Amino acid sequence: MPETTLRALNRQDFDFWAAHHLLSRAGFGGTPDQVLSLSRLGLDDAVDFIVDYQSLPEPEVSAGFQSDIMRPPTREESMAYQQARRSGDEEALSEFRRRRQERQAADRKQVEEMRKWWLERMIETPRPLEEKMTLFWHGHFATGYRAIEDSWHMYMQNRMFRTEATGNFGRLLYGIIRDPAMLRYLNNNQNRKQRPNENLSRELMELFSLGEGNEYTESDIKEGARALTGYTYEDDEFRYNERNHDQDQKTILGRTGNFDGDDLVGIILSRRVCSEFIAMKLYKFFVNDEPSVPNKEQRTFITAMGRRLRTHEYDLKPLLKALFKSEHFYAPENRCSVVKSPIQLMVQTIRSLRTPVRDLSTLSAAGDLMGQSILEPPSVKGWDGGRSWINTSTLFVRQNLAVYLLTGKRPDIYDWQVSGVRYDGDHMLSTLERDERGRVSPQEALPYLCRFLLGSEPHPSRLETLNAFLDRHGGRIDGDRLVGALCLITSMPEYQLC
Amino acid sequence: MTREEPRAYSRRLFLQQGVTLASIASTVPWFIQRSASGIMHPLDSAVSSLAGVPEERILVVVQLGGGNDGLNTVVPYFSDSYRLARPGIAIGAPGAPNGGAGEAIQLDENAGLGLHPQLGGLKELHDQGLLSVIQGAGYPNPNRSHFTSMDIWHTARRDAKGNGWIGRYFDNTCNGTPTPEGAISIGRKAPLAMIGDVQKPVSFESEDLFRWLGQDLHDSMKDPYDKINRMGMPGDVEPDTQASFLMRTALDAQLSSDRIRTAVGRRPLVEYPNNNPLAAQLRMVGAMIRDEMRTRVYYVTLGGFDTHASQLNSHGNKMRQFGQAMNIFQQDLKAQGNDSRVLTMVFSEFGRRVAQNASGGTDHGTAAPMFLVGPMVRPGVLGQHPSLDNLDSGDLVHTVDFRSVYASVLDDWMKSSSVDVLGEPFQKARIFNPESLK
Repeated sequence: MPETTLRALNRQDFDFWAAHHLLSRAGFGGTPDQVLSLSRLGLDDAVDFIVDYQSLPEPEVSAGFQSDIMRPPTREESMAYQQARRSGDEEALSEFRRRRQERQAADRKQVEEMRKWWLERMIETPRPLEEKMTLFWHGHFATGYRAIEDSWHMYMQNRMFRTEATGNFGRLLYGIIRDPAMLRYLNNNQNRKQRPNENLSRELMELFSLGEGNEYTESDIKEGARALTGYTYEDDEFRYNERNHDQDQKTILGRTGNFDGDDLVGIILSRRVCSEFIAMKLYKFFVNDEPSVPNKEQRTFITAMGRRLRTHEYDLKPLLKALFKSEHFYAPENRCSVVKSPIQLMVQTIRSLRTPVRDLSTLSAAGDLMGQSILEPPSVKGWDGGRSWINTSTLFVRQNLAVYLLTGKRPDIYDWQVSGVRYDGDHMLSTLERDERGRVSPQEALPYLCRFLLGSEPHPSRLETLNAFLDRHGGRIDGDRLVGALCLITSMPEYQLC
Repeated sequence: MTREEPRAYSRRLFLQQGVTLASIASTVPWFIQRSASGIMHPLDSAVSSLAGVPEERILVVVQLGGGNDGLNTVVPYFSDSYRLARPGIAIGAPGAPNGGAGEAIQLDENAGLGLHPQLGGLKELHDQGLLSVIQGAGYPNPNRSHFTSMDIWHTARRDAKGNGWIGRYFDNTCNGTPTPEGAISIGRKAPLAMIGDVQKPVSFESEDLFRWLGQDLHDSMKDPYDKINRMGMPGDVEPDTQASFLMRTALDAQLSSDRIRTAVGRRPLVEYPNNNPLAAQLRMVGAMIRDEMRTRVYYVTLGGFDTHASQLNSHGNKMRQFGQAMNIFQQDLKAQGNDSRVLTMVFSEFGRRVAQNASGGTDHGTAAPMFLVGPMVRPGVLGQHPSLDNLDSGDLVHTVDFRSVYASVLDDWMKSSSVDVLGEPFQKARIFNPESLK
């Protein structure tokens, strides 16, 4: 197959709605003005603008987290603790426990601050692709805070994902086997020559690089675990513990030698199936989350994506650019074909409607209710995504979240709490023509708003319903009527797609 | 513009109108259609089922969050070590109160066990033969973190990984078809225990939040919202698109919301106490059971058991709420005639240390009693009380693995396969009265 399967879109077909699609998928959507500016750049410049974000400023969201809340005990502290245990000094032991619980509570508070910090970054950043790819890697190399109880390690890992967000997959894979959070999460700190622990080796192949059952065997996992023996961490640093490393020969994926963890990663990266597995995951994230079994056209496209990755030695930018410029990416069947993740839903609602941010703690809690608490994926598999986001409970939370952002009505409080921030949605109509009184007609505005928020042509019955609603209110679309219409549009089942 | 415009609801620009049948089917919500194709329930099972048939058995799980002090719940007044380890907070033997800690209610005189003085409600259930107390429930190598230990109880796995045990039960039983309303939890967030690959529970804090809140903005909002969200899948929507899936789920959500709100809005047959958060939740559960909803597992939670300091009042308060709520719920079920269909199971993520701490409270510990309530249980005090003298660094050693209780519940009550659900065989705890299971 020639590489033409990543054939680019005709330049003249990059219109307002194509730019809208690009900004929803490669970022978190934008306002009508932003979409208009992006479309005026033309396809190539628009994609470069999104992917080559390093020239843009970083968001001004301060981090300022503490690194040592969960630091390991000093020698003196350990000795005092051992002493108390030996002598059965219940009071001293109780004090140790109390202090430990205090630190754990402080650390849980800090990880919640980190969730809010990251949400704010996603909302504020001029580099949406950077945050979106950071979120992608967080779901791919899923690590949960609760199991490791060290917020600083979660933060370090998050920084690595951001640094390499659109960098190089190989560097990420070499990085992840040295990452304290992951080493702890998958118990590799207990992986010793005398007692190998296969957890990291297994997930490295099954979830992080090759895909379940793809060209590796149980024996490869065992041998891979031996290569990873002695890969551990001390405080906040990776540490290679030579004493615990297995120095004998291993046979991994058909190659034999005295391999260590880095050799293992090198061997994995040399497999074609690795590039195709990563291509498949990116495809589901960016193009279409539906195909559990891709059709022929999709397979061809994914194969070509994998080839592009290999050609550039796992550099991600060339692939992402080709993807975002491809005709396939903009094809009608790939528009509105991804169920918004809870984070996407929140951030996109805020960024595209430019609603007030309201309260980050509430947003973080809402993410949890909708099944996506960042820094706490449900398991090492990450979030399944797609239709698994949606059930009768989460659908109400999703609809009520939009009401909250538009009006300030908090889902768990009965009375109105309009916390002083009213939403003015007039800018949503900025690209439409106005009459002499400065008004936009509902007949103009409704199809446009639906199309803009749903990303697709609305079903005719939706327009009938909205028109009837506005007719009851004098046939005008402004102020509270506009907010009401936006609440109704965001309650449409189709709003969950992007 | 000549190019095709994307439409979420159809892949093609013009669709042939489906045959008449298809457009009828399209207004049927997701789950009825699924069950109509015969995967799980016949369509009419919701109307024809009778109380007592196995499919209609219900499990209610009550979680005491924070780590309930088991030793002050089921009081081992026989033990001097208990008294000595807790000079300020040990509850005295019946007739021999220990200052402010008071005296226990007699539970099992031969064993020297009593109940917390505020557990009169539970004592009544015991006297009616409806209560079974499982002593010393825990698991090997106990973890004292709230979160990890709770996850261990929820996953029924020592490594605390994967889906919840009830979620796996549904996944296993229902062959990949989710059962809407099969599992309902009262609370902000669905507990891990209820989450499966396919099965996701319905969860809501109060029925008034399980609906679209935009309708409170103005009277004119509800009608258009209903038109949008109760449309189901119009005839011209392609059935296997993302949009059609969402439209059907939206309709399901509206119907669920209607059913739940109607059920819970009815006046109960008995008077539930005020100011008792557990009773308030069980009132809702009772109402849904009475309304013949097809829910098989309900989940409720009472928090506030993390009693690190001055626990006499706070724990006493919790005990009163717990005992009252369990008692009135059972009265409600009996008045409905549903008592023989409903098994209630109570647990906490861990008990507390044997010795009190310097602040008149207790720190995180290990094994603690579980409770089962209903006419089907083997009544009385079951199993063996953990030794108060042979401790493991100050903690009780469990005498029953909680998973052996789950195993019995799964096999004998839910008619499932505990080996499949739990992933390994556990010796089943003898917790049921074989006669009343028939």
